[in-house]
Amino acid sequence: MSTPSLLTGEELEAADSLAGRGPAGRIRVTLRRVAGNKAAMTGLIVIVLLFLLAFVGPHLTRWSYSDIDYTSIRQGPSGRHWWGTDGIGHDVFAQTVRGLQKSLLIGLLVALFSTVVASLVGACAGYFGGWADRSLMFLVDLLLVFPSFLIIAIVSPRLRSSGWIALVGLITLFGWMITARVVRSMTLSIVERDFVTAARFMGVHPARIIVRHVLPNIASFLIIDATIQAGAAVITETSLSYFGFGVQAPDVSLGTLIADGTGDAIGYPWMFFFAAGLLVVFVLAVNLVGDGLRDALDPDSRRPRRGKKEPRRGHE
Amino acid sequence: MLRYLSRRLGYYVVLLLIATLLSYLLASTALSPRGYFEGQSISGGKRVSSSSVDKQLTAIGINDHTNVFDRFGTWGEHAVHGNLGKTIDDTSVNAEFGRRIGVSLRLLIIGLVVGTVVGILAGAWGAVRQYRLSDRAVTILSFLILSMPTFLIALLLKIGAIKLNQMLGVDLIKFTGEKTPNLAGGFGRQLTDRLTHLLLPTLSIALGTIAGYSRYQRNIMLDVLGSDYLRTALAKGLSRRRALLRHGLRTALIPMSTFFAYGFLGLFTGATFTEKIFGWHGMGEWFIDSINKNDVNSVVAVNVFAAVVVLFSGFLADALHAALDPRIRQA
Repeated sequence: MSTPSLLTGEELEAADSLAGRGPAGRIRVTLRRVAGNKAAMTGLIVIVLLFLLAFVGPHLTRWSYSDIDYTSIRQGPSGRHWWGTDGIGHDVFAQTVRGLQKSLLIGLLVALFSTVVASLVGACAGYFGGWADRSLMFLVDLLLVFPSFLIIAIVSPRLRSSGWIALVGLITLFGWMITARVVRSMTLSIVERDFVTAARFMGVHPARIIVRHVLPNIASFLIIDATIQAGAAVITETSLSYFGFGVQAPDVSLGTLIADGTGDAIGYPWMFFFAAGLLVVFVLAVNLVGDGLRDALDPDSRRPRRGKKEPRRGHE
Repeated sequence: MLRYLSRRLGYYVVLLLIATLLSYLLASTALSPRGYFEGQSISGGKRVSSSSVDKQLTAIGINDHTNVFDRFGTWGEHAVHGNLGKTIDDTSVNAEFGRRIGVSLRLLIIGLVVGTVVGILAGAWGAVRQYRLSDRAVTILSFLILSMPTFLIALLLKIGAIKLNQMLGVDLIKFTGEKTPNLAGGFGRQLTDRLTHLLLPTLSIALGTIAGYSRYQRNIMLDVLGSDYLRTALAKGLSRRRALLRHGLRTALIPMSTFFAYGFLGLFTGATFTEKIFGWHGMGEWFIDSINKNDVNSVVAVNVFAAVVVLFSGFLADALHAALDPRIRQA
């Protein structure tokens, strides 16, 4: 994947010394490159901090997200309630970290599932070709035509009882198609290579070829895409929850918190801006990491210097 | 070129028919208008017998005791003749559609044009000025905007406008509805009023588009800037501006036509939030309200509208692609 000429001398040495150890060497080179990217490192640290906040935060405060403190309603941040209280006396800190937890979990799971679906569908369409390709791509087109947000909104009242896991399934269902297209076109170019032909003539089972030979060769694209997907999934989830089609009360997510705080955003900003700020910070961090990973894993995508043309990989 | 375009059109029509069928089935099975009527009768104080509810449901053609394919058959027969059925309040879907479509299209088209043009120009400009301060500023801004859901952008704009109005003591920026109701005055006054109402909704739709397009356009433009044909164009004596516009931008626009098709769907979804937040009575607002009222026919109508809009923009993207790239026309 990585064209050696684009590596720095130091990285070349690292690659050489580790060459005998297989994939671990490449991972280490990649990590070093990501570590050198300031924006990506900042993003990574922010993501780790947010996860800590989401999973440790609830244990730091004595309030639970569902506790109601009747003695303080619409109070600003104080020692008693770190981020203030809302209109019925919920502790905003407890609610926000709980909402963050839910939003992060949904984002992660959707990214994982939709990448798996996209890589399997795309690789199968590209590898088998023919009617399998045509019908899978028809499915992709069909799902793309559906306004996914509208469909999820229609179905979600029915799934209220199954909770947020159903929401993960729904967002995944409409989140994999564009990735699948790119995977398909990348697979098409890999299938023509000699090592795949060799494996095929040796009688290796197609499923094994896809898993062992095709997918590892597009792994870097999949990792980058999964990162971006996590951010996109959080955006979708909060948008749905904002309208009441996503996470349902009494459970909270960043979207429901923003929706509840909107009316009071001017007079009681803490009800709105903590949740909104965390949402933006998380998605921004994810996007920065995605961008940094792209530079590290996919040197082809780096800008060619002026006047010197690099061969480009054909996406679509 | 015509053969290529008509083949694409045929494909889109098939997609549209299947999408219509599926969204009808989905809306009919997932929503429960029966519950709406029963709830209404309870809150009205008098219990309505289930036979009377049945009668109302059948009159609208959404009785869940009828086979769903039969219901689709009846609906489809009317739909082919241009009648989209009745809303749950027994009014005509067509009338509601007609009232709202203009509002949505105004918002969408202005947002799309502003977003696309400004986004592409900003991206191309950033590429030409790579790594300078202005390029970095555009990059950071677009990253920030891309990290915000449309509803959050709209909310922040609204909050900012309220603060600004408070600070100035006058209602400089208006953010409720499409125009001030019962405003007296001549054409000029009406126009300014509309424009001040239009500002925030358009911005909240266009900002995301601008940010996304400028990122794509910048990357593509950078590739073009390093290409041999642009160097040739410069070498044969074209001015830099002319070479960039005639040879650079045109080629850089080709891959953008694909993003254009997908981007429109996002724009439509974004418009739903914008309409709801700024109180515009368009298709998006109608959709959210009809879901909450379990209004099957209205929900299907909006879905079909969205599918038509998406396919139309896909077709437009194909036409654009064919117009810009001669290789497609031969295929």
